[in-house]
Amino acid sequence: MVLSTRLLQGTRNNLIAMFACLLVIIPVYVVLVNSLKDSAGARTMNATLPDTLHFENFFTVIERGKLAQSFVNSMVYATSATLISTLLAAMAAYVLSRNRTRLNRFVYFFIVMGIAMPLNFFTLTKIMQITHLINTQIGIIILYAATQIPFNVFLIYGFVDAIPRELDEAAIIDGCGPFRLFFSVIFPLLTPVIVTAGLLNFVGIWNEFLLPLYYLNNSSFWPMTLAVYNFFGQFQQDWNLVSADIVLTVAPVLVIYLLGQRFILSGLTSGAVKG
Amino acid sequence: MKNRVYPFYFTLGAIILYAAFVVLPGFMGIAYSFTDWNSYTSEVNFVGLDNFRTILSTGENYLSYIQNTLFFTVWTITLKTIIALFLAVLLNYGVRRLSHLYRVVIYLPVVLPTIAVGLVFRSILNPRSGILNEFLRSVGLGALAQSWLVNPDIAMLSIVGVDTWKGVGYIMVILLAGLQTIPQEYYEAAEIDGASSTARFRHITLPLLVPAITVVTVLNLLYGLRVFDIVYVLTGGGPGYATDVVFTAVFDEFSKGRYGLGTALSTVLFVVMTVVGFFIVRRLTRDPIEA
Repeated sequence: MVLSTRLLQGTRNNLIAMFACLLVIIPVYVVLVNSLKDSAGARTMNATLPDTLHFENFFTVIERGKLAQSFVNSMVYATSATLISTLLAAMAAYVLSRNRTRLNRFVYFFIVMGIAMPLNFFTLTKIMQITHLINTQIGIIILYAATQIPFNVFLIYGFVDAIPRELDEAAIIDGCGPFRLFFSVIFPLLTPVIVTAGLLNFVGIWNEFLLPLYYLNNSSFWPMTLAVYNFFGQFQQDWNLVSADIVLTVAPVLVIYLLGQRFILSGLTSGAVKG
Repeated sequence: MKNRVYPFYFTLGAIILYAAFVVLPGFMGIAYSFTDWNSYTSEVNFVGLDNFRTILSTGENYLSYIQNTLFFTVWTITLKTIIALFLAVLLNYGVRRLSHLYRVVIYLPVVLPTIAVGLVFRSILNPRSGILNEFLRSVGLGALAQSWLVNPDIAMLSIVGVDTWKGVGYIMVILLAGLQTIPQEYYEAAEIDGASSTARFRHITLPLLVPAITVVTVLNLLYGLRVFDIVYVLTGGGPGYATDVVFTAVFDEFSKGRYGLGTALSTVLFVVMTVVGFFIVRRLTRDPIEA
């Protein structure tokens, strides 16, 4: 009797959870099937399967949407900004966590405040002009790196604490300088949290389009997100092509998510719940 | 000794980038918000509180942008928290084997680019051909079919809906982690004492989940106040100005070259969020020993 109510409850709960998953999957599925239809078939973006598979849609969008260039741009922006940001954040978080002087505690607080601060795009334009970074690819990389620093410092800081200080002492006795100590002893031990921060940064930057919208006029510098939006403006009628474009934009983050989901899901929660 | 082993210059790279490109523009913005800075002349004149007067005047639309932003923020906080709490409890206690798979799927929309999500939902919510209305008509609920993004009365709620679809997984994952910190013994003891499952939820789960709920509320608040992408892609602020929020208005001022006014608008948000952030971050960065 008890067993059967348990079974019943379990089934009901699974059905509810599956329903929630279904709500997530339907839009994804709709895009996928429509990216393989012809223009007439995709007009209403319905959920029916395509009669014939039009894989050529993907080649069409890559050519007409100049996606190869945008893909490279997105890759370059996301990869370099992530590397710069996580490295600088790790160095900062390490020193701020290990040496908690009054100044360092203030600096830590000051940096983490950045999680709450919105950007002022007007005065930021001025700074981009003064530094000659406006409309440059280096500029957008630096901006992305800068905006990710507060979160990265916060995430890594908590993790540094978990590395025993005895390791530092042993390394110092062995004659390590500060650089050797950090790069050969500490940094390797920070790998899990660096991977988490890196994945979250990469996905965040890949998906972002506000900064390029403000600071990159030259369309050959555009990332995938902006290219897809522009493509939609031109080819609104051809939902099959728009869908194919969306699939190509989403594919890299999807792959990263599915491969790295353990890191991504764990990283979100560390720090967040201890409050 | 410590300063030699852990040199301060290790922090300089992060500090400089962050200070120059995030903090400095914010504070410069406060100064520029008292000027008539614009793209037509190179002259910048002090105009006192004029920009703020314009923002607050009833003849302009700025107050409604602020109102829309607050509407979006309050609704997304409420919906995301309630749905995420429900899903988190379901996945933590209700299902066994497939829990991890469900979590991975429900979190998925969080990693999708907002721009792609927005475009897809523009087609899904299309009043005539969109699959949502098609579905409602096919199951005989045609009366519920709406002009989701076109009707000014519900456009903002539609945006809230799409944003909840995209963001609820994030909140759920944090709440799930919060649930996992609650010791199983509490539930066992309560069960022995004969507490019903509702009582257990009310008197054990909910009170012990307060820290996690606080965190997600703050995250949702900070996200909601600066929302831009989803609104920009779904409606561009329309129909009319019905769904314009602070940051779509800021973008508009930027395109029109009215920098002084735009900066004033940004500054309002900057001050509000920095003050809110101050209290939150102080809590977040507190040493565990003092806590």
